[in-house]
Amino acid sequence: MLRADGAGALVTAHKIGNQNLLAAACPRGRALGLARGMPLAKARLLVPGLDVRAADAEGDSAWLARLGLFAARRWTPRAAVSGPDGLWLDLTGTAHLLGGERAMCARILGFCRRLGFTARIAVAGTAGAAHALARFGGEPLILCPSGGEADAVAPLPLAALRLDEAASSAAHRLGLDRIGALLAMPRGPLQRRFGPTLLTRLDQALGGAAEPFDPIVPEEPPSVLLRFIEPIATAEAIEQAIAEAVRRLVHRLAEAGLGVRRLVLACQRVDNSEQCQCVNLARAVRDGDHIRRLLCAKIEKIEPGFGIERLRLTAARVEPLAPRAVDGALAGAPAAPDLALLVDRLAVRLGARRVHRLTARESDLPERSVGRISPLGGAAAWPSWPRPVRLLVPPEPVEQVMALLPDGAPVRFTWRGRAYRVAAADGPERVYGEWWRCPQEREAVRDYFQVEDEVGARFWLYRCGDGGDPATGDQSWHMHGLFG
Amino acid sequence: MHLAALPRDARLAALREEVRAIERSRFAVPAAAAPCLAFGIAEVDARLAGGGLAAGLHEAAAATPAANDEAAATLFLAALAARFAMARGEGGQVLWALARRDLFAPGLAQAGLAPDRLIYAECRNDDEVLAVMEEGVRHGSLAAVVGEVGRAAMPALRRLQLAAEEGGTAALLLRRWKKANADPLGQPSAALTRWRLACAPSAPLPHDGIGRARWRLALVRQRGGPPYEWLLEAPDAEARLALPARSGDRPDRADGAQPVAARPSVQAA
Repeated sequence: MLRADGAGALVTAHKIGNQNLLAAACPRGRALGLARGMPLAKARLLVPGLDVRAADAEGDSAWLARLGLFAARRWTPRAAVSGPDGLWLDLTGTAHLLGGERAMCARILGFCRRLGFTARIAVAGTAGAAHALARFGGEPLILCPSGGEADAVAPLPLAALRLDEAASSAAHRLGLDRIGALLAMPRGPLQRRFGPTLLTRLDQALGGAAEPFDPIVPEEPPSVLLRFIEPIATAEAIEQAIAEAVRRLVHRLAEAGLGVRRLVLACQRVDNSEQCQCVNLARAVRDGDHIRRLLCAKIEKIEPGFGIERLRLTAARVEPLAPRAVDGALAGAPAAPDLALLVDRLAVRLGARRVHRLTARESDLPERSVGRISPLGGAAAWPSWPRPVRLLVPPEPVEQVMALLPDGAPVRFTWRGRAYRVAAADGPERVYGEWWRCPQEREAVRDYFQVEDEVGARFWLYRCGDGGDPATGDQSWHMHGLFG
Repeated sequence: MHLAALPRDARLAALREEVRAIERSRFAVPAAAAPCLAFGIAEVDARLAGGGLAAGLHEAAAATPAANDEAAATLFLAALAARFAMARGEGGQVLWALARRDLFAPGLAQAGLAPDRLIYAECRNDDEVLAVMEEGVRHGSLAAVVGEVGRAAMPALRRLQLAAEEGGTAALLLRRWKKANADPLGQPSAALTRWRLACAPSAPLPHDGIGRARWRLALVRQRGGPPYEWLLEAPDAEARLALPARSGDRPDRADGAQPVAARPSVQAA
């Protein structure tokens, strides 16, 4: 018996009732005869070595909704999700902005390809025809000429008309399997035999019946726009304007129950150029005074030029922020000040990247064992191997080291031109190179020693190499840190 | 009140109280509201005016320009900050304002200052370090603010000290050596206490290895008390400093079977 080799074919499966059915198959799987709706057991029998994953319908629809939102923002104001696998885009009056229908569709296809999706696009005068051609046309890009919908959909199977189960099976029994066959028949008998759905769908595809859809409306971030009669240029005037904008923005945020994480202040000058200042907040806030203080710290970075005409304050990132119970007010204890407010102020003063926490990273190399996280994040602790409090980056060379090979601690060494005699030592602690990051480290080894000299000063030294094998390092000594 | 009518001890106490009231700024909170943080070592706490460190400015510096002594001073301040943070409970947070990038966080964690208690602020110069520290202590949400500076002018230190008292937050300032012959503690300062640290040889172990680090800790100046000097053991993972065990309490060196390093020393009063 000849069985196809299914190595590499990928399908997703979902459970409907008691049956495990295929939800989708990759092109290779489809070439081997797998199709949507086939029982999984049968598919496994047909194609051994099949890679089966669970279908994630919610994840797919979430992606589709994101794509729809993107389309509504970037391609056309009227976009909507169509079924579990498609998007409607109304190109009326927008295609010329992106270089015509063909260029626009090619761009969209390229965008989807870069995202990792295989997309097909059909452009037609009616939604029904576009729907049918996109799914059953067989080409990645079909541009249906105006008025040519009937000819275009005629060779397509009946399934392209979005019929219900009863109508499609009845049509199949009668031997009607192409839309063209329906077009040739009188409408009366069709209505009597198949009910109203078939004719409605047919009319929608040919333009005889309207098919409105509900477009996605992207949510605009809350923002406040101030226009000035006279352009403003002084710091005091800008401060006043900011105070007013913040007052209005906080009011809008409070109505929507939101707190702001990222603010953008855009000042449009009379010469039509824009000055943008951005403030990130450590936690969602709606405190007007706090926001105003942060923005006012940015005033000196604004160059008003000949004056600012318009000022727009946008809450670019918002998070839900519910009212909070005031604790301790009745008991008389003063509420502790909020650390997040201090972090915001420091971030504005120093720059957002300069205020941070340090957390453990999974690496034995000291240089790589520390990572930055946000200042209020949760940090992980390091393992309790002895570590110095000051680290020398890069490590400094140590000369004239006297140490027993292969693993003896230094007895004396010279660092920064001064000779040290070791009184006590601990080690070695061996650290291996991380070959998965960098192929040069495949053999590399460092042996760390903690040594104390005669007056009690403690050093953290290492030797490149394990003391024997030259492939592990050049046996040179380095000073890497200082203990207290 | 007629001081002359009082007995000698009470008269001294009243005078001290009066001096303290003069020293305290007009913004300062009453002394009762700002409890002192004790070291937990009876010998040290007994020498400190008030029995511990109050919320205010405290300075530490290395006794020599050697990098190791500076590391010791860093660890000392880290341990103090950790103790201030622990005194605030679970959520006690410390801000570390630094102008140089050689601080190594795992080393601080081993002195008791856990990474989730510590926020770093990278500053461009000493003036910015002092300004960030002042903002930190004034806000009042932190347990302690640590800063590292090379040079600090008296007015800035005075401001910092007032802000720290006002905010009820400890300001811990590491004075780094700028030049080999310019002692950072040589200039006057508004600090409540000033400390000088030097590494000292650790106790030899009966086997190979290194014992707990030791420091010569000198209290150079304190407000309302005389200077003093101790030999102390470096902080452990819970930020506890310790006095070295007296020779009578030490395990016999010839007896290698006894655990040596884990021996606790004199405990808190």
